[in-house]
Amino acid sequence: MSWFPISTLVTRNAMQRPATRLYPFEQRTPYARTRGHVAFAIDNCDFCTVCAVKCPTRAIVASKKDRTWAIDHSLCILCENCIEGCREGCITLSDKPWPPMLAKDVLGFRQAFESPAV
Amino acid sequence: MSNTIVPFGPQHPVLPEPIHLDLELDDERVVQALPSIGYVHRGLELLAERHDFTEMAQVAERICGICSFIHSQGYCQGIEQLLGIEAPPRAAYLRTVWAELSRIQSHLLWLGLAADAFGFESLFMQSWRIREAIVDIIEETTGGRVIFGTCKVGGIRKDLDADTVQRVRQRLRDIETGYDELATIFRRDPTVKQRTVGVGLLSGEDAYALGAVGPVIRASGIVRDTRKLGYAAYGELDWEPIVEQAGDCYARCEVRLREISQSFDLIAQCLDRLPSGEIEVSAKGKRPKGEAMFRLEQPRGEVCYYMQANGQKNLERFRVRTPTFANIAPLVHMLKGSELADVPVIVLTIDPCVSCNER
Repeated sequence: MSWFPISTLVTRNAMQRPATRLYPFEQRTPYARTRGHVAFAIDNCDFCTVCAVKCPTRAIVASKKDRTWAIDHSLCILCENCIEGCREGCITLSDKPWPPMLAKDVLGFRQAFESPAV
Repeated sequence: MSNTIVPFGPQHPVLPEPIHLDLELDDERVVQALPSIGYVHRGLELLAERHDFTEMAQVAERICGICSFIHSQGYCQGIEQLLGIEAPPRAAYLRTVWAELSRIQSHLLWLGLAADAFGFESLFMQSWRIREAIVDIIEETTGGRVIFGTCKVGGIRKDLDADTVQRVRQRLRDIETGYDELATIFRRDPTVKQRTVGVGLLSGEDAYALGAVGPVIRASGIVRDTRKLGYAAYGELDWEPIVEQAGDCYARCEVRLREISQSFDLIAQCLDRLPSGEIEVSAKGKRPKGEAMFRLEQPRGEVCYYMQANGQKNLERFRVRTPTFANIAPLVHMLKGSELADVPVIVLTIDPCVSCNER
């Protein structure tokens, strides 16, 4: 009865729902630690450029003079060096994977030189 | 009549990565096999001479996509030797847990590929289905499916809380039940036996003389497991290396099957005894100086790291001797005298990881 174990398994699998998902329609909820993408909030950034120096693939480009911060998500390898190096805590890790990029694109942020009057 | 030369690879259905073999055939029997490698060389060793030694841990992790964590572990432990620091016990235990998780997923991946090489499609799917559950645990604990990114010089980057430990243990128990069923099929199914028993024989003396490592040498009856050196937490766990005597493809398959069960046990032991405390010691301000050699056991066998530093922030020389490289000479020996139809199965049983091999 050497073929018995595989037949039991195959029969059981045939009765069950598929183990796979219908991907684009049904998506898995990411885990809390899943490295989805690097998110940036410009409000507290003091443009110290530590993140740009620590980035091993040079995906992040920041300028103190122009008060700009930019990231190329196609270069980012999610090593989390920028997150560990950020003193202001404005770089965070999001668990949502960055959507597939159809063209090379750099996501830029720019802070106003004068803060608006309150 | 002169012999025929049949090229095998670099692109072949059983090969996930490119390696080329020139098979010299007398009728259907292989007389000689000539390997040639070098299709995916990336020059990662040279990068060590340009990158900061702490950043290099991330490059070392990217040497291979299957044994990724173990590469970074080996690099970090080698550098820790150079710096004269030691990772705290909790870090050592968690490193062991992740190393064993990656061993399980690597062996399950291999079992799937082997089943695919025999033409046993449903077994292939079933192996990868179980592997997916392991990869999910890896993602939950580290954040990545393939690149863990948790090892750093001096310790680890992420800790596990008590809740996660409990959840992981429960899930591993469930996965082990499913795995036992899969292992029974591998052990009892006639298809697997017909394709592997008595194929690609490698005697113990030959395996020793040719310098085979990992499951290949252990399937030939020689006890050689680098984990017995007791790096990380292995010295404190109860386990014995797994050895089979036959030396054929079936024995190599059996070694891997039993190693998966052993890894489940090792993880359970680690999680039971997980010490509390710090997860890293600071390597700030230290510079590596001198020479270091570090050996550890990958799913495919022993890997050696050599590093040389002269007090700069980058290494002077970094060299990796990977298990696949050591197993190519035994492979060529096994292929001599085998049937052409058995070549894919024999090539697969050394578990060739070409991107490791060529770095």
